[in-house]
Parts: sequence; structure tokens; C-alpha cells
Amino acid sequence: MKRPAGTVSRYTPGARANHWLNAIILILLALSGMSLFHPALFFLSDLFGGGVWARILHPWLGIALIFTFAGLFIRFCRYNIWERTDTQWLNRIRDVLAARDENLPEVGRYNAGQKLVFWLMTIGILVLLASGIVMWESQFGDVFSVEQKRIAAVFHATAAVVIIGVWIVHLYAAIWVKGTVRAMTRGTVTSGWAWKFHRKWLREEAAKGHK
Amino acid sequence: MASLQSLDIKRYSATTTTPPSVRESVEVAKLIDVSRCIGCKACQAACLEWNDLREEVGINVGYYENPHDLTENSWTLMRYSEVEEADGHLEWLIRKDGCMHCDDPGCLKACPAPGAIVQYSNGIVDFVSENCIGCGYCIKGCPFNIPRLSQKDHKVYKCTLCSDRVAVGQAPACAKACPTQAISFGTKEDMTHWAEARIADLKERGYENAGLYDPQGVGGTHVMYVLKHADRPEIYANLPKEPKISSLVEAWKGWPKPIALAGLGLMALLGFMHYVTNGPNETDEEDEEKGRRTLGQG
Repeated sequence: MKRPAGTVSRYTPGARANHWLNAIILILLALSGMSLFHPALFFLSDLFGGGVWARILHPWLGIALIFTFAGLFIRFCRYNIWERTDTQWLNRIRDVLAARDENLPEVGRYNAGQKLVFWLMTIGILVLLASGIVMWESQFGDVFSVEQKRIAAVFHATAAVVIIGVWIVHLYAAIWVKGTVRAMTRGTVTSGWAWKFHRKWLREEAAKGHK
Repeated sequence: MASLQSLDIKRYSATTTTPPSVRESVEVAKLIDVSRCIGCKACQAACLEWNDLREEVGINVGYYENPHDLTENSWTLMRYSEVEEADGHLEWLIRKDGCMHCDDPGCLKACPAPGAIVQYSNGIVDFVSENCIGCGYCIKGCPFNIPRLSQKDHKVYKCTLCSDRVAVGQAPACAKACPTQAISFGTKEDMTHWAEARIADLKERGYENAGLYDPQGVGGTHVMYVLKHADRPEIYANLPKEPKISSLVEAWKGWPKPIALAGLGLMALLGFMHYVTNGPNETDEEDEEKGRRTLGQG
């Protein structure tokens, strides 16, 4: 594919499609889930055709998410291994938030914040899957005891809150760091963006002959 | 019929404001005197009859209990327990199981659908099935394991305490049908007094632990039992000794949720404030230049 000069390829078309499919399903899950989370949010069930439809669709969307997220996990897992420089980066979170990037260690393909998003999403989704199955009354109502269902409900709600929090961080980071969104919409970032935020990755790409 | 007593609603599921409660009615109760019950199942038949429900023809497994559990059609069930006492004599205990109509109903607390479960000021806890979304949260909320999800329409059903009959001044169908007056119905105060007389009688006859089952852990119930062995309710087919809404359900449906929502809202607000105070994190021409040079394009 033709790539303009001064840009670096970051996401393949397959990765982008996978990411956005996952994003759409996750947002639909959050909206339908939140409609049953608290009475103040029940109106969200209207987006799905009412409470009954929200209840019917939510678990099936969850099953779909497992597949889309598995795709993302397989694609990005190897880039999200925690390194010592990630801990250093995280310890200087004040510099991160103040955009004093010169005080931070050189970052590879992903920074510590992105890696945390990746792993918290992974763990959260696994907890939601396991607890969601236990709570799925129409499919597994007879399989689990009432006490197991209660425990699952607490885990499901807790993991959902964590994931929505992680999603807010993910979304804000993409908005705040200009030039990020195009990585997921066009697949490329500018060389300046890569230099400033992911210098180690840029050097690696350059060494691979990524011109 | 969404509700027959729409002005005297004490609690309305998944609603944070006060429901229509201008009219107050006297608290009612059904009293089941286990010592008078002969296990004839007239109450079970009357329940199906009045509510116009049919139970599937079951299988006899050499045991009186039939059906073998509460179902979406059988909202009440005679449970038979054979208990061998320490002195060797056998007690055949029969308990009419069904919704206890808790004053603090766990089902209603757990329900996420506005108005799918209501509690009238007379104490009756009623499922308004057209508002039910079929999630089964009430099953998790109930300390007595009563609601049953129908696989036919994915709605949850349980005893209504014949709220439709009570609304027009009639006793529940089961009480009407009971041939030994083991089931009585009236104001909660009257039923408590009536129970006291029955308990005094039972004590006189040697049942020194006779007592009223009106568990305070759920705020008292609007279905009460007179038990010969009130010190051991569990021998009556696992009637819980100190039922209360599970602390898991309290955690799930209590204060942590609004706190969590506020926390998420605060996160979004902080993000916004960070943006408007610090501005975006941008790259400049110098970065682009250095980037290009690294790529060997400079």
C-alpha cells in the first residue's frame, strides 16, 4: 500500500477492522449493561428496543466480544509484555500528564499506560465472561446455585465498572495525544508522532528498513 | 392491569423517587398454622384454580410432594419433612411453601426494571409481569428461593398473595380453600394475636418451643407460620432460621453502585478538565524533522 513520506505504518487494515468491531460491540455492551446497572440508566435500554431486548441482546453481544477481543489479544499480546522501563514511565506519571515527554524513558510500540489498558481489558473481559455465564438465567439458570449467581453478579458489576474506567482512560488518551486517532482510522502515524511518543519503536521500525 | 391499588405503593422496583403512596392501607398477613395442616393440598389446587394456571402432570417418586419444587405455575407447594426426634418418635412436618411477602423484599431490591416488582402499603409484594424483563435478578435477591423463571415467556412468577382478591376485600384463594383453617388471613396485627392464642394452646399441649415465624431479618413477613418447633425452623424443609437479604445482594444493589457511577463521571470530568487546562499533547515541526531523520528520510 502506498504510504505518504514522513509517516510510519502502525496498524494493518485487519487490525483496524478488528479494533473497531471490538469497539462497537464493547460500547453496545456498556450501554445495554448500564441500563440494568442502576435505575437512573434504565432509559438506555430504549436504545435496544426496551428492557427485555437489552436483557436478551447483552449476553449474546458478550459472546461476540470474546471473539473480537481474542483477535486483538492475539495481534497485540507480544507488544504488551511489561518491561523495566514501563515501571519507570509509570513512576513519572506526573511528567506524562504534564506532557514533559523529555523526562520519560524512550517508549517502544506501547507505553506503560497502553499496556495497562491492554491487560486490564483482558482480565476484565475474562471476569465478565465467567461471571456473565453464571448470571445468564435463560441459558444457565439451572446450572448454577443462587449463591453462585449472587457472587457472579458482584464480580460482573465490579469488572464492568473497572472496564468502563479503563475505556475512559483509553478514549481520553487518544483524544489528548494528537495524531493518535489516525493510527486506527488510516493505519499510519506521522514520524514526528512516533519520534515524540514511541521513539524506541520508531528506531526499531527504521532499523527494519521502514522507509 | 398494571396495578389494582395504584395509590398505595410502598416500594416500586428500580425507582429512586417516592412511588404513589398517598393512600395508606392496613398491613395484612396470611398466617399458616402448621400444627393444623393435614397436607391435603386444597391450597395448591385453589391457587392453580384461582390464578387459572395448570401444572404439568408429574411423576410420583414415592413421595407426597408434587410437583417436586415450586414452578412458574405452582406458586405454592406443600413440603413434607419426616423428622426423627432424639427420643425416637417420628414427626411428619408439612409446610406450605411460597412467597413470604417480606417487608424488606430482596427480590424488589435486586430488580433492575422499573415497576416490575411493587410492594403495596398493605405489605403484599407483587410481580407486575408486563414490566418484567426476565433477567432473573429477583431470584438472586430472594432469601427464600421462591421466584421461578418461566422458559415459555421468560417472565418470573410467584405467589401474589391474591392481591387481586385482597383488593376487593377477599381472602387469598388458599385461605378460602383450607378445610382445617390452618391458613387464616387478616390484618397483620390480628393474625399476630391469633397466633399468640394458638401458640399458648400448643405450649399447653407440650410443644414448649412453639412460636411465630415472622423473621425480623427481612423486616418481618406478611406470610407467617405458627411452628411447633419455632426454635428449629430448618427442620420444616429448610425454612431459614434467620433469613436476610444476602450481603452480596446488598453490595451489588446498595451504595457501591452510585459511588461507582460518580467515580466514572468524575474520571470523565477530570479528563475534560485536564484537556482544557493543559491543552492537547501535540508534536511540532522539530519532532517531525527528527522523526523523518530517524527514518532516513531527512
